Amino acid sequence: MSALTLCYALLIGLALPLGLYMGRALDTHRPSALDRLFGPLEAALMRLAGVDQRASMSWSAYLLAVLKLHLLLIVLAWFVFMGQGVLPLNPDGIPGMHWDTALHTAVSFATNTNQQHYSGQAQLSYLSQTLAIVTLQFLTPATGLAVLLAITRSLLRRRAAADSAAAGVGNYYLDLTRIVIRVLLPLALVTALVLVWQGVPATYQGAQRVTMLEGGALQTIPRGPVAAMVAIKQLGTNGGGWYGPNSSVPLENPTALADVVESVALLLIPVASLIAVAMISGRRRLLLGIGGVMLVLSLSSTTLVMFSERLPNTALHGLALAGPNLEGKELRFGSDLSALWGSWTTQTSNGSVNAMLDSFNPLGGLGLLMDMFVNVTFGGIGVGLIGYLLYLMLAAFIGSLMVGRAPELFGKPLETREMRWISLAILAQPLSVLGLSALAVSFPGLAGTSNPGYHGLSQVLYEYTSAFANNGSGFEGLADATPWWNLSCVVALALGRFLPMLVPLAVAGWLAGKRTAPQGRGSLDLESGACVGLTAGVIVIVNLLGFLPVLVLGPIAEQLSLAG
Amino acid sequence: MTLLASDTAARRARPAPLWLMGEALRRLDPRSLARNPVMAVVAIGTLVCALYTALTFVRGESGTGFALAVSLILLATLLFANAAEALAESRGKAHAGALRATRGELQARRLTQSGEEMVAAERLRRGDRVRVVAGELIPADGEIVDGAGSINESAVTGESAPVLREAGTDNSGVSAGTKLLSDELVIEVSVDPGESLLDRMIALVEGASRQKTPSELALSVLLSTLTLIFLIVVVTLVPLAQFVGISTSPVMLVALLVCLIPTTIGGLLPAIGIAGMERAMRANLVAKSGKAVEIAGSIDTLLLDKTGTITLGDRRATEFAACHGVDPARLREVAALCSLEDPTPEGRSIVVLARAQGAALVPVEDADVVPFSAASRVSGLDFADGRRWRKGAPNAIARQIEKAGGRVPEDFETLVERISRHGATPLAVAEEARLLGVIALSDVIKPGIAERFAQLRQMGVKTLMITGDNPITAAAIAAEAGVDDYVAEATPERKLALIREEQAAGRLVAMMGDGTNDAPALAQADLGLAMNSGTQAAREAANMVDLDSDPGKLLSAVEIGKQLLITRGALTTFSLANDVAKYFVILPAIFAASAPALGSLDVLDLHSPQSAVLAAVIFNALVIPALIPFALRGVRVHAASASAMLRRNLLIYSVGGLLLPFPAIKLIDLALGALM
Repeated sequence: MSALTLCYALLIGLALPLGLYMGRALDTHRPSALDRLFGPLEAALMRLAGVDQRASMSWSAYLLAVLKLHLLLIVLAWFVFMGQGVLPLNPDGIPGMHWDTALHTAVSFATNTNQQHYSGQAQLSYLSQTLAIVTLQFLTPATGLAVLLAITRSLLRRRAAADSAAAGVGNYYLDLTRIVIRVLLPLALVTALVLVWQGVPATYQGAQRVTMLEGGALQTIPRGPVAAMVAIKQLGTNGGGWYGPNSSVPLENPTALADVVESVALLLIPVASLIAVAMISGRRRLLLGIGGVMLVLSLSSTTLVMFSERLPNTALHGLALAGPNLEGKELRFGSDLSALWGSWTTQTSNGSVNAMLDSFNPLGGLGLLMDMFVNVTFGGIGVGLIGYLLYLMLAAFIGSLMVGRAPELFGKPLETREMRWISLAILAQPLSVLGLSALAVSFPGLAGTSNPGYHGLSQVLYEYTSAFANNGSGFEGLADATPWWNLSCVVALALGRFLPMLVPLAVAGWLAGKRTAPQGRGSLDLESGACVGLTAGVIVIVNLLGFLPVLVLGPIAEQLSLAG
Repeated sequence: MTLLASDTAARRARPAPLWLMGEALRRLDPRSLARNPVMAVVAIGTLVCALYTALTFVRGESGTGFALAVSLILLATLLFANAAEALAESRGKAHAGALRATRGELQARRLTQSGEEMVAAERLRRGDRVRVVAGELIPADGEIVDGAGSINESAVTGESAPVLREAGTDNSGVSAGTKLLSDELVIEVSVDPGESLLDRMIALVEGASRQKTPSELALSVLLSTLTLIFLIVVVTLVPLAQFVGISTSPVMLVALLVCLIPTTIGGLLPAIGIAGMERAMRANLVAKSGKAVEIAGSIDTLLLDKTGTITLGDRRATEFAACHGVDPARLREVAALCSLEDPTPEGRSIVVLARAQGAALVPVEDADVVPFSAASRVSGLDFADGRRWRKGAPNAIARQIEKAGGRVPEDFETLVERISRHGATPLAVAEEARLLGVIALSDVIKPGIAERFAQLRQMGVKTLMITGDNPITAAAIAAEAGVDDYVAEATPERKLALIREEQAAGRLVAMMGDGTNDAPALAQADLGLAMNSGTQAAREAANMVDLDSDPGKLLSAVEIGKQLLITRGALTTFSLANDVAKYFVILPAIFAASAPALGSLDVLDLHSPQSAVLAAVIFNALVIPALIPFALRGVRVHAASASAMLRRNLLIYSVGGLLLPFPAIKLIDLALGALM
């Protein structure tokens, strides 16, 4: 458990100063010394793009700007992937992608998911990796954080009630630029340098051919600007690595130090965002409660997975082998660091791996699936807290009724229109995950599911859960580069990204225009212990009730049948 | 608040079991079921199970008995929910219906150009004028345009003491069904047929025509979503289970679905809403919409008129202030003796105060009582020997003294001024041509009002006293009554402005009023409560009418509103928490046959898969009738802060809801096991 303690301590120790920095750097309402440092560059970029950076958008304009930019990015990336064979920066002569895999890849990266139905080093050119993939790996986490900032301004910020409706929720393009320049680029730069120091490649020279010691055979080792990509892959809750097997490959993750750095990078910005929002909104106690719930959920899930992976693999039952489940794990990292990474990567919608999740014991797999169902144990950058707000809205609705007031959130009435959209965002998850899984197993010819039985079901379930949660990790074992998997995952990806992110933005916008009842003895105190507990209860019960049956059929049945 | 009318209503409201069953069956009508998505899903599930029963029976397959049992229990679930609504409705309608019956037979004397004609009361239209003479029932809601009379309103309010209603005052409103005891009135009818307060009352408790309130609508959205989620869970379970080689029984799947969807709250939701309206009605509050009752629970600020709400309205003697050179005992004696024959509360209070201060009052003999008259504004005693004692309005007494050649003491003016400045009414006392002094009659704070304000403060409701008094008096009364704030020297315009200020700060405001000049403020307030005795303008502007005309009713309205919302929230939480246990019962039952490994999830160790599923659906069905009394009565509202209330309710309804089904289902299963 020392790895667990060390990593959580390191995480919180680093997230605190970063959060304070982000709170200062990203608060557009409060000028800071950082504006003098970054301001001119940002202003120049804004002028170049023809955006008036002082113009604040209404919530609907902000929402439309997000959708517009993403549509554009998806189309661009799609064409780059399909046309990479004839485009420059392709020293290894990699051909263009098939249209459906290219579309899936474009949507997958534009939704901060990085689910890969291809193998990076063999199927993407340098242009695709750097221009399309890495651009999206910067812009999508920045978008999550930008929308969170917009919601913070319209819903969470104190004293802003009177002017927020008129003042707008901020400027999407300015927020995006500031987040990339002030937060993501500097952090990624530092992380990349550490990784290069630890031995991760950073070159444009193409693959290296080496003669093997064994029999003198020639081997081609793909290389590239790997360190830069791995840094933002880890930091930006992205997960799509340079190499197909991701951070289990020594070239992406060479040493124990690199592993710890990459692990902490998974959770760093999501945790720091809580602190930043606490500073910008002034609601410290509320964010403390939220952070507390997230931490407890995160710790319990991580402990479960770690416990599970310390158990032996039942396939080895009866053999003279004791010890943890090491199948599919790098011996360099062992079971604890692999379990920790697996947990953190599913808790944050990152999806990068340093071990094969498919080979985790069933109980561990259950933990990973639960992480992705919940998806707000810190969650993706920006969207983790936004998802939590969705649950908070539900909790506020029920909690208000229980104290005898018409439902309200932060003193603003939650009415039928808000509830309709909140319900839709909640409903989208079981509809996509269970609906698509049921379709996939109903038509085996179409989907090409490869494995039978409980574990086969877990694999299908995992694929759609990962897509909807914008996680991107996979249980693999699926022949997934087919039109069925590509297109059905595109549906789950888009629904899972845009509904849970944009519905709270819209609800916050509607609420900003309503009266605000002052907080009093009679109103629901969202910061009170009872309310924090209620929200945690809502999170657990909504996910448990929706997914318990399928978990029973998948990992739980597998665990019980293996045990018996 | 136990009232005559509602007692009889409650007696009448205990419906016969047969009637209730018939009513529950009648509501199986698809049109009626479609109003409630949760129960509509149960109805479809019942049909599916019934068809499956028939199918297995025709084919001669096994499992017919089980399928039939599940179908019947699901049908019972529906009937229980329908019965809950019917029961709530019958209680509500009993109160209003009895009134409507009496009015149906009424004849009205309608004034026409040429004279009068007799018409049936239900044919009266808005604007008609009718004449009512002593001993008759008022035929329609309306306003007195001519005359004054005392009216017995017990048919509406249950209060048998007659009240005075008079044209051109703030007490000019009359209700249909009440009885004129004296004099003769001309009333202008203010409602068209079907729009009277009574009709509105009935509409609020009629399931089929009832408008859902805003938060009920929002809650329905949430319940429908949950239903849809569980529908997805259960439907997708079929292919997912098939994939791992488990074939599922349709009956068990329907049972699972019905157990998961929030049938407890879904089945009781209409009953809770109707019962809320009925509780308001039982407190003699007639809401014009369900929304008004609901919003009362969220009120942040109560605007209260001082007189009649915080103070008793009738003044009591609190001080004898003698003029310079007068023996205070003499003043006390004359004042008290003058009042011995005075039956008014004020008169009695003078005697009481005098006795309390130690006056030994010997009733005077050979004296004639001079009663109070509005013209002279004095009363007193005329002795046989020609002496005259008088008490009355200071300026009237002073005039009489001067006329009789007496002298008004110099400090008299000062005394009168001091007393009025403190919000009290001065009453001068004179013996012959000598002015003795002044009695101070003060407003008295209603007993218990300070405690109620404290309770409201506990619940986070701010109280704001409005008075025409000067600031000094207002401050004194405000401090004594324990209101949070007060506004002195207030005008009706100031009231309106005040409501707007509070609303601009985001607060929901309730106020009570009766006068025509209160109408704009009543309309502006989120909850405008008009007194039934008030003017037509006030009653129209308000969204709730208090039949008792008791200003303290605002407090009851707040409690009833909160109760309505808490009951809904509590049952929603309870319903959802129940699901966890049901999963542990039904999932192993569904899967165990094909996948024995899953048998270890059966933590309750139930008799058989069939008995487990039956136990779960029986529990699910029985919870509804078990909670009907709770739904009708409502959650008890304690005066506590929101956080304390949340802690308490969460503990009871979520933790309780999580745990209760385990032992309950186990017990039902044990009973079934013994039967099988």
